[in-house]
Amino acid sequence: MTRRSRSRPWILSAPALLLFLVLLLVPLAMTFILSFHSFSFYGGITPTFSLENYIEVLSDGYFYEIFGRTFAIALATTLICAAIGLPQAYFLSRMHPFWRSVMLLVVLGPLLISVVVRTLGWAILLGNKGVINDALRDLGLITSPIRMMYTSGGIVLALVHVMVPFMILAIWAALQRTDPATESAAESLGARPWTIFRRIVLPQAMPGILSGSLIVFSLSASAFATPAILGGRRVKVVSTTVYDEFLNTLNWPLGAAIAMLLLVSVLAIMVGWNRLVERRFAGVFE
Amino acid sequence: MPFLQLSGLTKRFGDVVAVEDFSLAVEKGEFVSLLGPSGCGKTTTLQMIAGFEQPTSGHIMLNGRHLEEVPARNRGLGIVFQTYALFPHMTVEENVAFGLEMRGIDKKERARKVAGALELVQLAHLAKRYPRAMSGGQRQRVALARALVIEPELLLLDEPLSNLDAKLREEMQLELRRIQQEAGVTTLLVTHDQNEAMALSDRVAVMHHGRLMQQETPFHVYENPKSSFISTFLGKTNSLTATLKTTNDEGSALVCNGMELAGPPAHLRPGPITVSLRPERIEIVEAGEAVVSGPVIERIFLGDQWLFRIETPIGPLLVVRRNRGQREPEHGETVHLAWTPHHLRLLPKEDEAA
Repeated sequence: MTRRSRSRPWILSAPALLLFLVLLLVPLAMTFILSFHSFSFYGGITPTFSLENYIEVLSDGYFYEIFGRTFAIALATTLICAAIGLPQAYFLSRMHPFWRSVMLLVVLGPLLISVVVRTLGWAILLGNKGVINDALRDLGLITSPIRMMYTSGGIVLALVHVMVPFMILAIWAALQRTDPATESAAESLGARPWTIFRRIVLPQAMPGILSGSLIVFSLSASAFATPAILGGRRVKVVSTTVYDEFLNTLNWPLGAAIAMLLLVSVLAIMVGWNRLVERRFAGVFE
Repeated sequence: MPFLQLSGLTKRFGDVVAVEDFSLAVEKGEFVSLLGPSGCGKTTTLQMIAGFEQPTSGHIMLNGRHLEEVPARNRGLGIVFQTYALFPHMTVEENVAFGLEMRGIDKKERARKVAGALELVQLAHLAKRYPRAMSGGQRQRVALARALVIEPELLLLDEPLSNLDAKLREEMQLELRRIQQEAGVTTLLVTHDQNEAMALSDRVAVMHHGRLMQQETPFHVYENPKSSFISTFLGKTNSLTATLKTTNDEGSALVCNGMELAGPPAHLRPGPITVSLRPERIEIVEAGEAVVSGPVIERIFLGDQWLFRIETPIGPLLVVRRNRGQREPEHGETVHLAWTPHHLRLLPKEDEAA
């Protein structure tokens, strides 16, 4: 290869690289540096270098609770999405091509509407004087409203609604690569429908479930709009905590430190998960 | 009573008739091929026997019991799919063991049977491999072992060799026949490949437009096709349009393109007919003995044989000659052709629709 042709890919991808650098890496690096600065109510931010913000977060049970809650919400969302997404993706993959494209549009439709708008919709449904509680009370099934707003359960419910398309698409992509005749083969060998699903379909869908989980977990753990609206100031998750530090307390360095910790812990979970998956399925799938 | 009996089997998909009034009897241990072009209903027939499709009407009897109402999983048939349909997440061993596991056979017995089946298909050394790390021919053998290990009453093969390249396909034909005979299992093969059907089976059942056209030994079907469709589908042939003038016990008289020809006795009424003449039955002779003569317009060397196309008064004729290393006619050279009248096959003229 000549020097010219070797440099061409770099030149061609330069605009995208530059955008990536300016809009992602620079702010990230600045946040990282910010997290080592110190803050006082009267002096504001001083550009020192210390680990005091990290020590503050890691030595306070309050933050552990927030991190714990965030990951519990993300995990619950992931599990529920997988439970809903698997059968739905399976039906999709076995549908007539025409109805499949219609149903894919239905699945993807919600992504066209802003998360904020959809979450406000959930707030209308879930509130103490919301549609669900009103209906249950009018039916005489409950006397006092069930609390759903400002609970982790409410957040999980809305997050599942936001995230489930990603899970369906990931599993559907995996099922597309499987041979439907394997199910017939299992049936001819004497397997019952449930056995076919458990022993033949599920393992072949597994790479999709695992990659879908990766997407859903990381997006849920760092979701902001949904927990902010449905959790309010009462049920805090990491991203809303960061927001509060930045905009209410104005303690930017502490907010930066929490944000860095979230980034690192999500990254660690994703890499670990990926390792596990690769090791488990390396021999089986391309 | 035959081992497998299909009677009046019919399948309609809405207005489309896929299989119509199909009847076939297969004896125990026999190897029968369902041969036909794509869309002739052969796969649908197999699917009905396997239990993946419900017949619209008709009966399927296997070893004295009705199969129509039995779910696929309880029919106990061994099936080799066109795509092999191996379970990609299981090793060869686990694939083969699956059917035994479903039958609740204990681990020790299972291991013994799996080893036996893999021995039969000569894959014992690859038991721990995953399918994706194997070649097409090896996957084919695994599929066969998986179908045979459950000791099925009937083995169904759905185009099993169509995904292999030509050379491997020939090897696998011999292998498939050996395995089938060793296992002694009654086998029904679905294929569109006439060579495969002729090489493997005791009997060939030719299907066309959802109907059974003819079922006999491969030799019989090749030698005495019942229709011009079969004669062109099985092997190469020269199909000529002719008029039958007279016929008696001695022979018949035909007119083809204004030329009078002698033919064998025919059970046909005088009138327009189709004449089939196999290219290997035509000989190149001296000018004096010729039935027809004409120039060579095409000349193809195939290694073990030569293929000629010769322009004659009765139309272009395909001629096949074994390559014995001697000189063969050049392009454009006039050659003289002859054949004995009993090599002509007189067939009813096909309707345009059929």
